[in-house]
Amino acid sequence: MSNEHKEMTNKHEKVETNVGLFFIFAILAISVGALVEITPLFFQKAMVTPVTNLKPYTALQMEGRDIYIREGCHVCHSQMIRPFRAETERYGHYSVAGEGVWEHPFLWGSKRTGPDIARVGGRYSDAWHRAHLINPRSVVPESNMPSFKWLDKNKLTGELTAKKLKTFNFLTKSHQRIDKNGNRIPLYSAEDIAGAKAAVKGKTEMQALIAYLQSLGLALK
Amino acid sequence: MSSFWSIWISVLTLGTLVGCYLLLRWCLKNFAGVKEGESMGHSFDGIEELNNPLPKWWSTFFLLTIIWGFGYLLFYPGLGNWKGLFGWQSSNQGILNIAESKARTLNNLKPGSGVLNQYDREIAAANAKYDPIFKAYASRSIKDLTSDKKALKIGQSLFLQNCSQCHGSDARGSTGFPNLTDDDWLYGGSPATIEETILKGRKAHGMIAWLDALGGEQGVKEVAAYVISLSGRKVDPKLAKAGKARYPMCVACHGPKGKGSLLSYNMKLGAPNLTDNIWLYGGSVHAIEDSIRNGRAGIMPAWENILGKEKVHLISAYVYSLSHHK
Repeated sequence: MSNEHKEMTNKHEKVETNVGLFFIFAILAISVGALVEITPLFFQKAMVTPVTNLKPYTALQMEGRDIYIREGCHVCHSQMIRPFRAETERYGHYSVAGEGVWEHPFLWGSKRTGPDIARVGGRYSDAWHRAHLINPRSVVPESNMPSFKWLDKNKLTGELTAKKLKTFNFLTKSHQRIDKNGNRIPLYSAEDIAGAKAAVKGKTEMQALIAYLQSLGLALK
Repeated sequence: MSSFWSIWISVLTLGTLVGCYLLLRWCLKNFAGVKEGESMGHSFDGIEELNNPLPKWWSTFFLLTIIWGFGYLLFYPGLGNWKGLFGWQSSNQGILNIAESKARTLNNLKPGSGVLNQYDREIAAANAKYDPIFKAYASRSIKDLTSDKKALKIGQSLFLQNCSQCHGSDARGSTGFPNLTDDDWLYGGSPATIEETILKGRKAHGMIAWLDALGGEQGVKEVAAYVISLSGRKVDPKLAKAGKARYPMCVACHGPKGKGSLLSYNMKLGAPNLTDNIWLYGGSVHAIEDSIRNGRAGIMPAWENILGKEKVHLISAYVYSLSHHK
């Protein structure tokens, strides 16, 4: 039996019996898709140029964005309007690459338990957002969104706000706007960073989150 | 896209397709040194492995998918800068503002542009179908539309989709969001004013927090008692009398008789009528005191840019009809 076995050594068996080699081949096969579909986008101008009216988040909006992430809002709300009439009739112009070049991480989401909120900015009043976040059923009786009433009690200290702005300056380094002399304009000036703590200290998390929500999608409206 | 990345994509994509084909051919060859259908020479628990080839139907379909792949890449834009024979694109990519998107759309839809923009085509087809309907309604007055059931039905659908979140699906509003069915208006209930309110939005002049100006909680209680008495409800007469003495502070917006900015001055400040027992922010003593203590400022967002004039016209007709039943 062992003699017969030796005879049938073939190349196929080499892969099947060598985990390391199999792993390398699998990685190669999988990476082709990424190399073709993702890598070139990093270097395409249309993908990394901010849209005309794109504005960096203010210190308060930045804190609101972190609360949005902390509370997992992106799990039920997408921020990506697809180019179908059924979506643009409801939400507005479809999302484009230039709106998200300063997003780290992006919050496009992948599931809509609630509606898309890529362009929710300006659509409702602050008072509505507050009532809705404290008890969604008070304004939309059929809503299944949970209440986030603690946001109205928690106050921001602003301890880390300046650091966050600095981090964003670093993360967006290669996609910043360029002035006439060819110098990069960072998202946040030294002044913005110095004033960051004072801008958010004492504000409630509710105020920060609403400020963030009201900023969404305005760059292309 | 630069030609480097275009070539990068093309070489990798086509290379993968060719690679798949070579892999398939290689796997169809018999390397085992055993005749097809015969034993590979090892068995386990009486189960033998035979040297069977790949199923014919399977390898045929694999080959067909590869051929399909080449065809797809010929007609659709999958190879870098190659736009495909159809000139197909899903939407306007890489635009930086709405004006640019609109200009591109205009160009895409020109005959002979060589572009098949799927989104633009979808919208153009819908516009061709629905524009005449909306245009016909837009040319008629709101009063006229209130007797047109079909128009009101469309207006209601639009209302439910865009307005019900604040004003409720029955348009009766909720705390802080006006009831639209009671013919009590903050900014005016004429068809033109309703339409203006929806198009441009409203921002209440805003009531400040009166706690400090009234000298503390006692002042708030007194003014609240007087305000409640204005609509004929029972209050502590002492408190109401003290509140009346303080009321001149409120006259600038709510009017000398508390009829609100619209009825008293014909001004669109958004200061409500305090005499009709309709309470935007709740009519309990607690709620009224809270309004006085902390102030209020309602905002109605502007819808012109989101919905466009024609749809707002229909919503206006629906809203107007709610308090003007025929």
